[in-house]
Amino acid sequence: MTSSGKSQSMRALKKAFGLSRMKLTIKLGMKSLWLHRLRSLLTVLGIVFGVCSVIAMLAIGEGASYEAQEQIRRLGSNNVIIRSVKPPEEKTSTSQRTWLLEYGITYKDLERIRATLPLVEILVPARIMRKDVWNGGRRIDCDIYGTVPWYPEVNNHHVARGRFFTEMEMNDGTNVAVLDAGIETALFPIDPAIGGTVRAGSQYYRVIGVMEPKSARITSNGVDSGTTAPAKSGNGPSGAPYRMYVPLNAARKQFGETLVNQQSGSFEATRVELHEATVKVARLADVIDAARVIGDLLAANHRKVDYEVVVPLELLRQAERTKRIFNIVLGAIAAISLLVGGIGIMNIMLASVTERTREIGIRRALGAKRRDIIVQFLIETVLLAGVGGVIGVTLGIAIPIVITWFAGMKTIVTLWSPLIAFSISAMVGVIFGIYPALRAANMDPVEALRHE
Amino acid sequence: MPMQDNGEIARVENLSKTYVMGVVTVQALRGISLSISSGEYIAVMGPSGCGKSTLLNILGCLDRPSGGQYFLGGEDVSRLDDDHLSEIRSTRLGFVFQSYNLIQQLSVVENIEVPLYYQGVDEEESRRRAVEFATRVGLESRLDHRPFELSGGQQQRVAIARALVNDPLIILADEPTGNLDSASGKEILRLLNELHDSGKTVIMVTHSEEISERAGRIVRLLDGEVEHDLVR
Repeated sequence: MTSSGKSQSMRALKKAFGLSRMKLTIKLGMKSLWLHRLRSLLTVLGIVFGVCSVIAMLAIGEGASYEAQEQIRRLGSNNVIIRSVKPPEEKTSTSQRTWLLEYGITYKDLERIRATLPLVEILVPARIMRKDVWNGGRRIDCDIYGTVPWYPEVNNHHVARGRFFTEMEMNDGTNVAVLDAGIETALFPIDPAIGGTVRAGSQYYRVIGVMEPKSARITSNGVDSGTTAPAKSGNGPSGAPYRMYVPLNAARKQFGETLVNQQSGSFEATRVELHEATVKVARLADVIDAARVIGDLLAANHRKVDYEVVVPLELLRQAERTKRIFNIVLGAIAAISLLVGGIGIMNIMLASVTERTREIGIRRALGAKRRDIIVQFLIETVLLAGVGGVIGVTLGIAIPIVITWFAGMKTIVTLWSPLIAFSISAMVGVIFGIYPALRAANMDPVEALRHE
Repeated sequence: MPMQDNGEIARVENLSKTYVMGVVTVQALRGISLSISSGEYIAVMGPSGCGKSTLLNILGCLDRPSGGQYFLGGEDVSRLDDDHLSEIRSTRLGFVFQSYNLIQQLSVVENIEVPLYYQGVDEEESRRRAVEFATRVGLESRLDHRPFELSGGQQQRVAIARALVNDPLIILADEPTGNLDSASGKEILRLLNELHDSGKTVIMVTHSEEISERAGRIVRLLDGEVEHDLVR
């Protein structure tokens, strides 16, 4: 009776001091890991690198795809953009070479689109001429966009200062211009740009506004990053580093429909009615269908493929898909590296169990239950994996910061990636700790005590 | 636990132990019966392979007999499961080994605390008791030393303090002086005598006739059987 009473009170004691026992066990675990510092460190490296690389890679990937998506989003997800593309030069005989190259989207195309698609809300045509733009002696290479007053709204690209031109100015073909952010500093380093005058060709334009910065251009192939890199050589309209916006009618009036370019000694004239048109679709759900219809319409009326249809929404979805695949690949890499790390830990723990057979025997003789031995070794593995996880998370957060600092790449450390990486590493500790701990616990105490 | 002087605290009846080693079956114990009273000082003697260690392991609840019964404090412990045996080891038994068996990474006082740790005694209480027993074996100035910093005799004294700290019914000593020089050995034996004098039950396995002189009872084993049971 008394003995059972005693063991009962003992159990109550154990419960009451379970926490402090756990604390002691953890202290003991840290002590024996500290005793083999180098070994513990090397063991933990697998987990450290696994966790750290996952977080860092996720942060870089997240940053990159965020930038891409942001650029696409700025084009407007309700928009369908059609552009004129210079068709590939046919390798015909030189005698047949035409001096006037006609291609691209026409005003007629836009009318057809409007007639076919009642759901189209706004059309923004744009005519792009590459010209030198002057302010006194200062000159820059510039794309002049002849466009309509609602261009900023549709393209999600707004005026920073001043204003865009009005419908009246557009209809009259008034010589007014809105500058890109970059031009302002290039042409007007001292004087305020607004109210100033710039010259393009023989025409003078009054500057009425400055646009906010827009970082990149989107083509059907993806994103051209950076404004300063000339995207294409030759006489394509989209190569210039700067843009200036003028009323479409002003552009038509002053530059006509034919552009003459000088190329390696010979002249080449091109006639392009419109270089770009943005079609805004009222409902997001209709965007893809509208794009298909527009594509079909253009295909039916153009003999050559001298246009491209860019659908930002589709690009956005594509970017999201790419990101998802990227995440899956990363997940697989993470799983593999954590698996390798876990096996490393298990290997060392097995060695440690063998090495400490005598200690296990002593502890068993002095009253340790199997459970106590399991807990002791499991805590050591979890500590190893946990410390590895913490170091890995720290490095994984530090590396993207360093990358952003030195390489200027955008990186985003999402909240969940360190959390998941850390909890997986702790889980690895438990899973790969179980077998060595069981092996330790299942030793015969007599045998273990005899072990040298 | 009622503790009467000279009352029976442990009894084995017809104890046998068989090991199967490959195809050979070894009978380490063949029907041993003993009754152990509280406060006895017993020396278990016999040539190598006579079953001394096996008997001690079973008495120490480290091993289970193949046949027969073992009553410890009135309870048959010969069929208990591993967890219960562990609990009995931690509450009712104290071990002193030939090779001290201290845990190398723990200090003197921490080594003494180990049995209390597995009983779930709280930190302060266990520290207090560990220091008390360290003082009793004369190691109060060595509390924070690690085992490898101590002499063999000192290490064995730590082991004795550890065996005493949980106030066991029986102290089991397996050749406690086997690894010691004669001076340290004498010191340890004096300590065990003191324990016996203070009323502890001590069972000691030894080779040495000289050491067994001090015991009140000598059990001689031969080929797994009690050859001689002499109470003086």
